[in-house]
Amino acid sequence: MQDFAEPFRLALALVTAGDADLFEIIALSLRVSLLAMAIACVLGLPLGALLAVTRFPGRSVVLVLVNALMGLPPVVVGLIVYLYLSRSGPFGWLGLLYTPTAMIIAQVILITPIIAALSRQVLEDLHTEYAEQFRSLSVPRRTVISALVWDGRYSLLTVALAGFGRAVAEVGAVIIVGGNIDHLTRVMTTAIALETSKGDLALALALGFVLLVIALTVNGLVMALRLTAGRHVHA
Amino acid sequence: MSMHEPARQMNLSHSRESADTPRLPSLLPIRANGVVLEIDGNRLVDAIDLELSADKLTVLMGPNGAGKSLLLRLMHGLVAPSAGKITFDGLAMSDEVRRRQAMVFQRPVLLRRSVAANVDFALKIRRHASPAERDKLLDLVGLLDRAKQPARALSGGEQQRLALARALATEPDVLFLDEPTASLDPHSIELIEQIVLLAHRQGTKVIFVTHDVGQGRRLADEVVFLHLGRLVEQTPAKRFFSDPASREGKAYLEGKLVL
Amino acid sequence: MKHKKLMFAALSAVLLFGVGLVANAADTSIIVQSTTSTKNSGLYDHLLPQFEAATGITVNVVAVGTGQAIRNARNCDGDVLLVHAKASEEQFVADGFGVARFDLMYNDFVIVGPSDDPAAVSGMTDTAQALVQIAEREALFASRGDDSGTHKKEVTLWAAAGLDPTGSSGAWYRELGSGMGATLNAAVGMGAYVLTDRATWISFANKADFKIAVEGDDALFNQYGVILVNGSVCPHVNVQAGQQFIDWLISDEGQNAIGTYEIDGQQLFFPNAQTNGTG
Repeated sequence: MQDFAEPFRLALALVTAGDADLFEIIALSLRVSLLAMAIACVLGLPLGALLAVTRFPGRSVVLVLVNALMGLPPVVVGLIVYLYLSRSGPFGWLGLLYTPTAMIIAQVILITPIIAALSRQVLEDLHTEYAEQFRSLSVPRRTVISALVWDGRYSLLTVALAGFGRAVAEVGAVIIVGGNIDHLTRVMTTAIALETSKGDLALALALGFVLLVIALTVNGLVMALRLTAGRHVHA
Repeated sequence: MSMHEPARQMNLSHSRESADTPRLPSLLPIRANGVVLEIDGNRLVDAIDLELSADKLTVLMGPNGAGKSLLLRLMHGLVAPSAGKITFDGLAMSDEVRRRQAMVFQRPVLLRRSVAANVDFALKIRRHASPAERDKLLDLVGLLDRAKQPARALSGGEQQRLALARALATEPDVLFLDEPTASLDPHSIELIEQIVLLAHRQGTKVIFVTHDVGQGRRLADEVVFLHLGRLVEQTPAKRFFSDPASREGKAYLEGKLVL
Repeated sequence: MKHKKLMFAALSAVLLFGVGLVANAADTSIIVQSTTSTKNSGLYDHLLPQFEAATGITVNVVAVGTGQAIRNARNCDGDVLLVHAKASEEQFVADGFGVARFDLMYNDFVIVGPSDDPAAVSGMTDTAQALVQIAEREALFASRGDDSGTHKKEVTLWAAAGLDPTGSSGAWYRELGSGMGATLNAAVGMGAYVLTDRATWISFANKADFKIAVEGDDALFNQYGVILVNGSVCPHVNVQAGQQFIDWLISDEGQNAIGTYEIDGQQLFFPNAQTNGTG
């Protein structure tokens, strides 16, 4: 293994040269994974909240299941989504295979359990603290959930970021359902996989640095948002 | 710190007493018949019979472990009795009944929001939030100038005052307070006691748990004395503090360990 | 309140942002299920701009191993199949999934290995003899092990040498179950001999001290074929555009484009299309 100086210089050169292909790939990575995160939050947060505040028979089984699904291997998710979206599969008529939409679907499946399981934990801890007070005020179930989500919003932001991180970093699912098609479904991770298979390890690593910077930027922006919002906690 | 003057002239029961709103049937008297609470085989509340009427400010007293807080939670429907029953003017506990009660806990649990938003939350649950009403309540507890600050940044005393404002925002017929002033600053204690007395004068049934004898003297019309989960005596305050009926009550007032 | 409106606006923006993605695939586009060597060697980057300029058809290449590419095409997930495993391709057509198979171009396989040459096969042209020597000395050999075109070729080469290396799998015979690039990276990492097509090898950047050891045997011939997926079996196939792509590839223009693709002055693929397809 060579030292990291060369890939680092290469990464810097790629970014400063304003390489159009690179920015196209970065933009697609962000679009796919941010959208997957948003949809996974819409699905996973209410599920997590419901699991946090309700007690029903079989709840612990559901919890174990959701927690276990956090460890879904991306390749398996990719394979399952491929089988469904394939022209010979049940949803083949939608013509979604090898499109960014297919990649979003795969990532949503991958990270919804993460959002649900982590938000369940966050909201349940909060609910333990609030439960007696809420009961005293006879707060309706719907209001309980919305109040927990609102009051836990900063922790939930971290949960969403965990989901985004997993989505933007995975390659196994998107390479199967996206196909790593140039100018159509190529994202950062599949580009890295491609350069690795070409033996261009320096370029692969350079792209890896760029991906790292993207992740840092997204996290930094969210942190900044949180700090600004934190100064005006009045809702 | 300037002594805040709670508006003695203030009216705590707002819209409810406007002429055209019919008064709901009272939740009083509160009756407990043979109420038992057992947890893991331990009898924490033991066959309590009790009647609390409308006109008196009731103070629950007794040493730690007497079952005061549990009795309060049983009456507020936060815990279900293992045996016996509690009725409110003949009605069993229900969401409808609990909605007309409020409780201030020993440790206030405030939402992670601004001071004002905490009161708004309670106002909204009962009816529409009105900024004027909220400001009136915040003024009452001396927090109007802190309305926009995060509730969790308040001092302990201020947090408890906010919890009291939130409880009053629900316009309760019955107000439970579970040692609300334990370890607070004297200014907050005085303010809370004044507001509690004001609520009592304006017709809210107050049931106040304390183990501070001085506070009991300042507030009580009647004292319910508990020991080891049993009701030992229910006595008018004057007599309790001068000549308690029970050996346990006597020992407690003398500052002895009640065994 | 203000926050809720803001969040709603942000959410709508995100959704709109995403819907725009779906409309991305143009009408005149085809999907080519392809072997990896044609992609990793940069051939498509050389050919496709010329074809797209001539026809306006966008070609989307999904590069996987030949075995995977054929399986995907059997699932109707492609319009054109471009791979290098003649027997499997003919089976694909015989089974009705392909319209006809056309020879497209060829190059050859080579065995590459570390420069210290532990099996002393460097410079040999007899593949069978070289494999026997590798097996006898138990020199490390990295196999694709993924049912790809290259893997199928390797299996036939071992059989021709009268050997079954799978008995030593995990010992000196290492089955990677990976693509060509990953297998080359692994072979370089552990100092193992490995069979690869010449195009991928020439364009491979992580050669380290590896060199071509065995080449020039007729048995190492590597034929690429191209097949239009059958529109009557797979109704979504863009028959017209797919046929146009194949017609262009086997036309003088396409063949010339293939023949002029070079890396470092070396030609990677040799066009050999006949206009009559088989199938």
